[in-house]
Amino acid sequence: MDTLTFLQHYWWFVISLLGALLVFLLFVQGGQALVRWIAVDEEERNLVLNATGRKWELTFTTLVTFGGAFFASFPLFYSTSFGGAAYVWTAILFCFVLQAVAYEYRRKPGNVWGARTFDAFLTINGVLGPFLLGAALSTLFTGAPFTVDRLNLADRGGDGHVVISQWATPWHGLDALANGWNVVLGLAVALLAMTLGCQYAMNCIDDGAVVDRARKRMRPLALGFALCFVAWLVRLLCATGYAVDPATGAIVAEPYKYLHNLLAMPYAAAVLLGGAALVARSILLGWRGSRRAVWWGGSGTVSTVLALLLCAGWNNTAYYPSLADMQSSLTIGNSSSSLFTLRTMAWVSLFIPFVAVYIGYAWRAIDRRRLTRAELDEGEHQY
Amino acid sequence: MVSDYLQTVDWSRAQFAMTAVYHWFFVPLTLGLSVLIAMMETLYYRTRDDFWRRTTRFWMRLFGINFAIGVATGLILEFEFGTNWSNYSHFVGDIFGAPLAIEGIMAFFLETTFIAVMFFGWNKVGRGFHLASTWLTAVGANLSAWWILVANAWMQYPVGCTFNLQTVRNEMTSFWEVALSPVAVNKFFHTVCSSFTLASLFVVGVSAWYLLRRREDKMARASIALASAFGFVFAVLTAITGDRSGVVVARVQPMKLAAMEALYRGEEGASLTLFGVLRPERERTSDDVFRFSWSIPKLLSMMSFRDAGAFVPGIDDLVDGNPGRGIMPAAEKMARGRVAVGELARYRAAREAGDRAAMAAVERKFDPSAPEGEAFLRDYFAYFGYGYLQSPQQIVPNVPLLFYSFRVMVGAGVFFLLLLAFVWRSNRRGTLVRQRWLLRVCIWTIPLAYLASQAGWVLAEVGRQPWAIQELMPVGIAASKVPSASVGVTFFLFLVLFSALLVAEIGILLRQIKIGPEKIGNE
Repeated sequence: MDTLTFLQHYWWFVISLLGALLVFLLFVQGGQALVRWIAVDEEERNLVLNATGRKWELTFTTLVTFGGAFFASFPLFYSTSFGGAAYVWTAILFCFVLQAVAYEYRRKPGNVWGARTFDAFLTINGVLGPFLLGAALSTLFTGAPFTVDRLNLADRGGDGHVVISQWATPWHGLDALANGWNVVLGLAVALLAMTLGCQYAMNCIDDGAVVDRARKRMRPLALGFALCFVAWLVRLLCATGYAVDPATGAIVAEPYKYLHNLLAMPYAAAVLLGGAALVARSILLGWRGSRRAVWWGGSGTVSTVLALLLCAGWNNTAYYPSLADMQSSLTIGNSSSSLFTLRTMAWVSLFIPFVAVYIGYAWRAIDRRRLTRAELDEGEHQY
Repeated sequence: MVSDYLQTVDWSRAQFAMTAVYHWFFVPLTLGLSVLIAMMETLYYRTRDDFWRRTTRFWMRLFGINFAIGVATGLILEFEFGTNWSNYSHFVGDIFGAPLAIEGIMAFFLETTFIAVMFFGWNKVGRGFHLASTWLTAVGANLSAWWILVANAWMQYPVGCTFNLQTVRNEMTSFWEVALSPVAVNKFFHTVCSSFTLASLFVVGVSAWYLLRRREDKMARASIALASAFGFVFAVLTAITGDRSGVVVARVQPMKLAAMEALYRGEEGASLTLFGVLRPERERTSDDVFRFSWSIPKLLSMMSFRDAGAFVPGIDDLVDGNPGRGIMPAAEKMARGRVAVGELARYRAAREAGDRAAMAAVERKFDPSAPEGEAFLRDYFAYFGYGYLQSPQQIVPNVPLLFYSFRVMVGAGVFFLLLLAFVWRSNRRGTLVRQRWLLRVCIWTIPLAYLASQAGWVLAEVGRQPWAIQELMPVGIAASKVPSASVGVTFFLFLVLFSALLVAEIGILLRQIKIGPEKIGNE
């Protein structure tokens, strides 16, 4: 493997890891979506939202870094997907803008729009954010209708101007929702976020009534998630994927491509199965009322999503299949940044473990004691 | 009739400009207030005086209200490069994406991790750890600004890159040239210094309101003492870095300099117009630009080139060319740019025809290691962006907007410097409370600070039009191809949302200020 190929694989791993962490951190959204379900009065709602709210910036930052890292390492994907599926990405952004201010403003005096408006923003973000992100994630396997021709830059503008990456339908990403399997993964991610949200509430809130309700609400959500995810996974393993010939760059359809990938990369298969087992264990633990379920669920989620994303991009696979022109499909080879940029960024990525350590340290410092009603009355900064 | 794509370009520009304007309502206060808060908490740490703890927490609360909305608008800006500017994202993503990723990894995580400790850790972590968290939040915020301004500076002055014909994009060749370009360094210090000044004026203005109301006397005076001294130092540094910006702009963006001075005919010993009123465009000629103006002879040459007799090119020189000064006409640059763009078309035709000899011939022209390639890249590809322009006049940005923005920014900056010095002195002498007119001026200076800050960005961004990337890519071909109507819809959606959130923010800030430090929220 030459250096460029190695760095392309390395950066796909980093992107996959960031994506996996983002899916785990969507427990914040899950908590928001469920707040009226696991908290019956204002005080309980404040308790739940103050628990998830202390992590909203982390989810947000992971999303920003995921986007920035994708831009830096695979700019053609950024150009093609964001520019083409603009409607879906704009909807996702809209959901996240609503969240950013809602926590800080919802209970502040002088809030001209009222607490209910901002609570509604949190619900919209909590339900739609994970669903749309899940559907967008699914298109890495199911594909999207686009064409790419870099030499369209030779077009001199004006009427009928053609851009490098063109979307083949007028729906600009909404077409993804016409594919049932994208919807299924969207639902799975939304339900997983809610499951993890329940587990997180059980972990960090010291209130018997809220914890008991979170435990009970988790059960149907976890079952719904398992149903959607297993169906999507089985379909994925039976699906035809796009394989790329590393020598020529030609792309061909390959039946059972993702199953073949797992067989060719047994470590990825092991991580996937291990991750799924951890999530299953977290559900069982949560079912019984264990407060530590979220750590099993979190590590399982990160492992599972990481393995799936590696499966999408490694082993000579087109990670963004084009449904309009097979040869336009994006692979880690044809869409990456240059060797120089990938190498420079690789040095920067050495900061990531350091970042992980200080995040862990700060997380532990803040969550060392469970959140209580009394703490909300103590005058700490609160949402 | 304007094509749908060009309408899309205009809507995309409007959307990006609107998002950037809103984003910049919140960012400068975050940058400066984070440092002021850290200084206040340091005083608390050293003195153990609960007064400083209470003061820190009060300003921290205002910081938090402002911070959230800045983060939200920043997210939109990052992703709009993809949703609205997809051609741009491909053409320069190899260079432009890196600072954004580094910002996330090195700065943004630092800021958002420790901001949680800063807000929620008062009773959970030790005093030292809390103080460190507050400083790390300030460092993270300003480090974040560094990387985003590196990205912006590269668009103004694209260095450290080369064009790769195989991938049809610009690729980075020197990270340090990009990260430490003179434009980036100067832009960072000028932006951050001016943000610190704005935050100081905010603290001074809010504190002045308390003194007028005869409330929170101790906190207000202590805050003014700290913020006015801090603000004065950074107002001076803003002026110094602003002066340096003029030198850099004169060399790398001469059209921006000519437009902001409304200088149509270049001259030696050019004068700087301190104030003037431009004639309307239909009445304006190159020899009769102002209804009236007040200028200082030779100052523009001196400030731009450190030489009172230096020649400063005007708009006409840059559009029509000035052979005597070695300035190429824009029409000639357009012709050369079209040759460069045409070579891409030739390459595509050769590729489609499978003509390897023709492909190789084009490849040689884009090979910087070959003499032929070196000459082509220097003589033709250097003007690549001009190849997409329709007329030489397109290289002229909006002159009145730049002219007045520059004067608002500089005039306000000088006023801030004097005001902060005067306020500091009055506060130190104990006469400030009696100078009620001065306290009122301090309050009304807060919106002026925001206006000046926005004017600076108008100058920077409108001044580089029509370029998305200076001389490499005009905005006219940088956009995504989505229907103009849909970008129009998202423009109004974001406009309504941001406006509603701004109203909410101002309402909450005013209420928190009114409540004051004793009883904030549920305390």
